[in-house]
Amino acid sequence: MERKINTKKEKIIELSDVYKYYDMGHEVVKAVDGIDITINKGDFVAIVGPSGSGKSTAMNLIGALDIATKGDIFLDNINIKQLDESHLSQIRGKKIGFIFQAFNLIPTLTALENVMLPMVFQRIPLYERQKKAEELLIGIGLEHRMNHLPKELSGGEKQRVAVARALANDPDVILADEPTGNLDTKRGKEIADMFERLSKEGRTIILVTHDMNVARHADRIYQLKDGKIINK
Amino acid sequence: MFKDFFLLAINNLRRRKLRSWLTMIGIFIGITAVVSLISLGQGLQTAITGQFSTLSINTLTIQNAGTGFGPPGSTVVEKLNQNDVEVIEKVNGVKIVVPRIVKVVRVDYNNAASFKYVADIPKENDKREMIYDSLNLDAEKGRLLEGNDYGKVVLGSNIAEGNQFEKKIEVGKSIIIQGEEFEVIGILEKASNFQINDAILMLNDDLEELLGLENEIDLIIARISDNEDPEEIALRIEKALRKDRNLEEGKEDFSVETPLQAISTVNQVLSIIQIVVVGIALISIIVGGIGVANTMYTSVLERKKEIGTMKAIGAKNSDILWIFLIESGMLGFIGGLIGVILGASSAIGLSSVANNYFGSEIITVNLSIILIISVLVFSFLLGVLFGAIPSYQASKLRPIEALRE
Repeated sequence: MERKINTKKEKIIELSDVYKYYDMGHEVVKAVDGIDITINKGDFVAIVGPSGSGKSTAMNLIGALDIATKGDIFLDNINIKQLDESHLSQIRGKKIGFIFQAFNLIPTLTALENVMLPMVFQRIPLYERQKKAEELLIGIGLEHRMNHLPKELSGGEKQRVAVARALANDPDVILADEPTGNLDTKRGKEIADMFERLSKEGRTIILVTHDMNVARHADRIYQLKDGKIINK
Repeated sequence: MFKDFFLLAINNLRRRKLRSWLTMIGIFIGITAVVSLISLGQGLQTAITGQFSTLSINTLTIQNAGTGFGPPGSTVVEKLNQNDVEVIEKVNGVKIVVPRIVKVVRVDYNNAASFKYVADIPKENDKREMIYDSLNLDAEKGRLLEGNDYGKVVLGSNIAEGNQFEKKIEVGKSIIIQGEEFEVIGILEKASNFQINDAILMLNDDLEELLGLENEIDLIIARISDNEDPEEIALRIEKALRKDRNLEEGKEDFSVETPLQAISTVNQVLSIIQIVVVGIALISIIVGGIGVANTMYTSVLERKKEIGTMKAIGAKNSDILWIFLIESGMLGFIGGLIGVILGASSAIGLSSVANNYFGSEIITVNLSIILIISVLVFSFLLGVLFGAIPSYQASKLRPIEALRE
């Protein structure tokens, strides 16, 4: 699963003067207030900031889960504003691997089935799906937990399954939202090391966190405050 | 892809076992009623039609009719009598007229007593043959009665069987009827008509003497010429009797029935019962469907985060729609399956109770593959239909909102 590391930096994500406002009736919340971010293939980027700084909103915008109030977001040179909901889903499934703070595994599916699920939505045949999912779970040392339900796994194991699921469709970008937020320090470090390893394999990683211990694994850190980038 | 969605759906139903069961109860009560009713209804219709099939199509039955309301005896009914027989004999198109007596008598055998129907058999050859022919009577053992078989009887198959007098009655044995001894010379073949299976036949003279009857007739059977229209002759008989008895049209104290009329009357009643029960069953199915809708709504609310996650990892709106539609369809389908099983077993149970009671294969269960398949398809579609709106709402959830839950 070694990926070639691009020597020539190729742009994969670009946020250009992006705003996201929420109209709360009596006031307008400026969650993201004019940010520019460019991420190239193979980058390991961390977005940090206290809660309410707009980093989660920024992540949702990058992951095409949300639509910007103003500004353009390019994912692999496609302006996602121009896509309808079904195309957005398709793009998310193919190009982005999500990792959530609360793991978000489907509780009724086993670890193996959870890892296979993103491939179901890409209509990949069962045999291939199963083979790929098994490889991924073996790769993160969960071969003995494949047929366990999420509730039978520890927090660290759940997050590793979630990482395997994020890798299922070989996405260009791994997008992780507070991936260590629900883990103790030791498990948190394991996950952070895993990101570093994935980065060395040439994957693009965007990490949203408030934990500087995790963020320092990244090559580049964007610090957000009140919806604005305050340093880079 | 659909296979995966089916697995997802079944997993989800299993996870919410109690709720799934409660939802399915609503469906399967209705389906049970429909399945048992339809499979029994056809059998019931066959059974009732069978009661009349022994009367051939060119035989008319004339009976006393009820004459309105009031306690018995408050209205004067002129009973059928020999004069009526003569009037009917004169009607154009009528070939043979046979007056019949059907009474209940006490029968003693093997120190046990029971009350049974006894019907008379005419002594005249042509009339006797007509009765045998139109009722489709034949002897299984021994022989049928002939014109000079005084002191002898023929038994219906149920009477001869062991369970009525704790001992089988064989041909050649004697039984006591109303204190008089009669020799059994024949046992009838099992008929589709259970009244015949439970009846005793004896010569008309014997029966009149035994019960001290004079000029008493319970019903009159008229056979018409082969090429005549039974309905037409029935009208002529009605007119002749009305004239003879001085009655106005519509105030007859007798009725003339063709076999077809009798069947259609019974079938009409049966249809009404079926429509009523099917109506009730349909209401219960609709209520069951609303249960499905309710369960799916709750399910969508509870699984918002799951829906959001699936959308984040690449599920299109249509994928989510299918997952939820299949799930609600499966709720209907499994409910239907249980309904089919319960309905079939209750139909089989009811028919065997009825058959035991009447002592013959009266009601058969008519459980067709087409019925089963269409009920299952119907239940699945019902689930899909009632799950449609919640599923659509699930598919339209914006991932960001769904994930925020």
